[in-house]
Amino acid sequence: MIEDYFVYPDARGRFGDYGGSYVAETLIEPLAELTRAYHSLRADPAFIAEFERDLKYYVGRPSPIYHAERLSKKVGGAQILLKREDLNHTGAHKINNTIGQALVARHMGKRRIIAETGAGQHGVATATVCARFGLDCVVYMGAVDIERQAINVYRMKLLGAKVVPVTSGSKTLKDALNEAMRDWVTNVADTFYIIGTVAGPHPYPEMVRDFNSVVGREARVQMQEQFGCLPDALVACVGGGSNAIGLFHAFLNDRDVAIWGAEAGGLGLASGHHAASLTAGRPGILHGNRTYVLCDDDGQITETHSVSAGLDYPGVGPEHAFLKDSGRANYVGITDDEALAAFHELARSEGILAALESSHAVAQAIKLARELPKDQLILCNLSGRGDKDVHTIAAREGITL
Amino acid sequence: MNRIDERFAELAATGRTGLIPFVTAGDPLPEATVDLMHALVAAGADLIELGVPFSDPMADGPVIQHASERALARGVGLKQIFGWVRDFRASDANTPVVLMGYMNPVEIHGADRFAREAIDAGVDGVLLVDCPIEEFASAAVLRDAGLRQILLAAPTTAGVRLGRICEAAQGFLYYVSFAGITGADRLSADSVRERVATIKGSTKTPVAVGFGVRDAASAAAIGAFADAVVIGSTLVDRLAGSAGTADACTRARDFLSPIRAALDARAR
Repeated sequence: MIEDYFVYPDARGRFGDYGGSYVAETLIEPLAELTRAYHSLRADPAFIAEFERDLKYYVGRPSPIYHAERLSKKVGGAQILLKREDLNHTGAHKINNTIGQALVARHMGKRRIIAETGAGQHGVATATVCARFGLDCVVYMGAVDIERQAINVYRMKLLGAKVVPVTSGSKTLKDALNEAMRDWVTNVADTFYIIGTVAGPHPYPEMVRDFNSVVGREARVQMQEQFGCLPDALVACVGGGSNAIGLFHAFLNDRDVAIWGAEAGGLGLASGHHAASLTAGRPGILHGNRTYVLCDDDGQITETHSVSAGLDYPGVGPEHAFLKDSGRANYVGITDDEALAAFHELARSEGILAALESSHAVAQAIKLARELPKDQLILCNLSGRGDKDVHTIAAREGITL
Repeated sequence: MNRIDERFAELAATGRTGLIPFVTAGDPLPEATVDLMHALVAAGADLIELGVPFSDPMADGPVIQHASERALARGVGLKQIFGWVRDFRASDANTPVVLMGYMNPVEIHGADRFAREAIDAGVDGVLLVDCPIEEFASAAVLRDAGLRQILLAAPTTAGVRLGRICEAAQGFLYYVSFAGITGADRLSADSVRERVATIKGSTKTPVAVGFGVRDAASAAAIGAFADAVVIGSTLVDRLAGSAGTADACTRARDFLSPIRAALDARAR
């Protein structure tokens, strides 16, 4: 039984058995330097004030909690509430983290920023803050993802970033992460690597969580103000898991709040074509941390599938692995079809186009709402807006734009 | 006594610099690996580093990454690799073999089982690229079973940690000559010399230098002060596209022989 979830990670970056620093020797000292810098900055009220100022005036926080009444009525069960991270500047939760890390980079005197991106949301969020702070920006992106997310690629270029296509491996997010890590190893003296999710070596899972956990802290206060209580359940989609941990973290010690993570079930868990590391994977080591991974019996990381590029990742943040094993959070797979159905349902009943990633969370919220009484409250993280996915959805449905 | 320790003792006794070629297991052709290992020994290799292909080789450059991808595309896995080492051992009982790779294949295979099968096949050591001393406990099973865990030190390794690494080092200590990925071209012999001298001042474990050693001249420059030199990317690149086993062995010999000669010319 875990007494207090807020004490994790420990000094070695461990969340129970997960996390750590499984990286090449060359990166140990730069990571230690980053850990020292970050730990001193997060204890500095001036830094916190700087971060909060940008969240308020640049990102547009707080993001509202919206009661999806028509959707809830149609479902006929518990009430579905949406934490509207899609209303943030750049259209997703990712900016919370990139603002934070860009500020850390600036304090460390690093002028060159690199990032990896899958759907392009983290790339856009990084390019955005680099423009905002006058930093050079290089974004690594899998060649397959570049094709899937042409609009986001162009957005990054408009913001002054250089987008580097990655053609190794499966040409998706994991390969972009490998390539960014290589760049960092080589250019570590002047370069800051803004990782976009709660994975990677220590201190990234902790730092990215801290910057995103504004979502849950805000939601906790808003719930009390608007509804006079905490939600009965939280739901968020999980790829690497940054929006999910962002919502979950502030509620981890509230044992009455159930926690649900929706992973990309792709064509179904039995099909083998999915990206559900927690639901269908096993403990292993990938990208600098011990966590659940999707791999074959020889330890080779397998190629994943999801209709949403942002969830198409064979690992997951180590804190989620810890929350799964400790039983604090439940993780389930949501298929491509279920996510698309939820996308349409939300669009028609509430006038909101959700990102395909977030549509996985909406699908799980709908499932859960059906099973729960009408007076229960489900808070679902609407982590991003769906404009970027309109072409993907049209193509899937055989529509030429 | 472990073959790695024996080999370095011999090198020290004869005043020679060790030559450690790296090849990716199963590349350029799976059927060539065992013959290739023998060819490397015939051309003067003192120890062989055999790369275990991994799908996500974060610390390697494009040359070794592509070699991994080629090997994986041909279905190379631990079972074949242990088999190849066993075949190699059938006619070479002395040349140490170190498996170099990443943690996940070891973890998924099961560290216990990995250690047992590796030793049974005749493997002498492991170099786990993503297992720094902070995560040393993860590989304790391998060391306890008798495999030498080769540790790395880099230009960025700070003083206190370097002390811990020197203390824990076994087999040989692999000094990464510059901050970067394998196969990049950044070697400055003078700065490496200074650093290696510092390391040798705090450990009795032999020091091998790798990353950026590419030909006879750079090997001789490094060999002047290191106990051994490691050559990887340039060799892997040279082997890529071999027409068959014989061609791969010829390429290996042609590449390694002049480097051996340059190292020996320096030694008296």
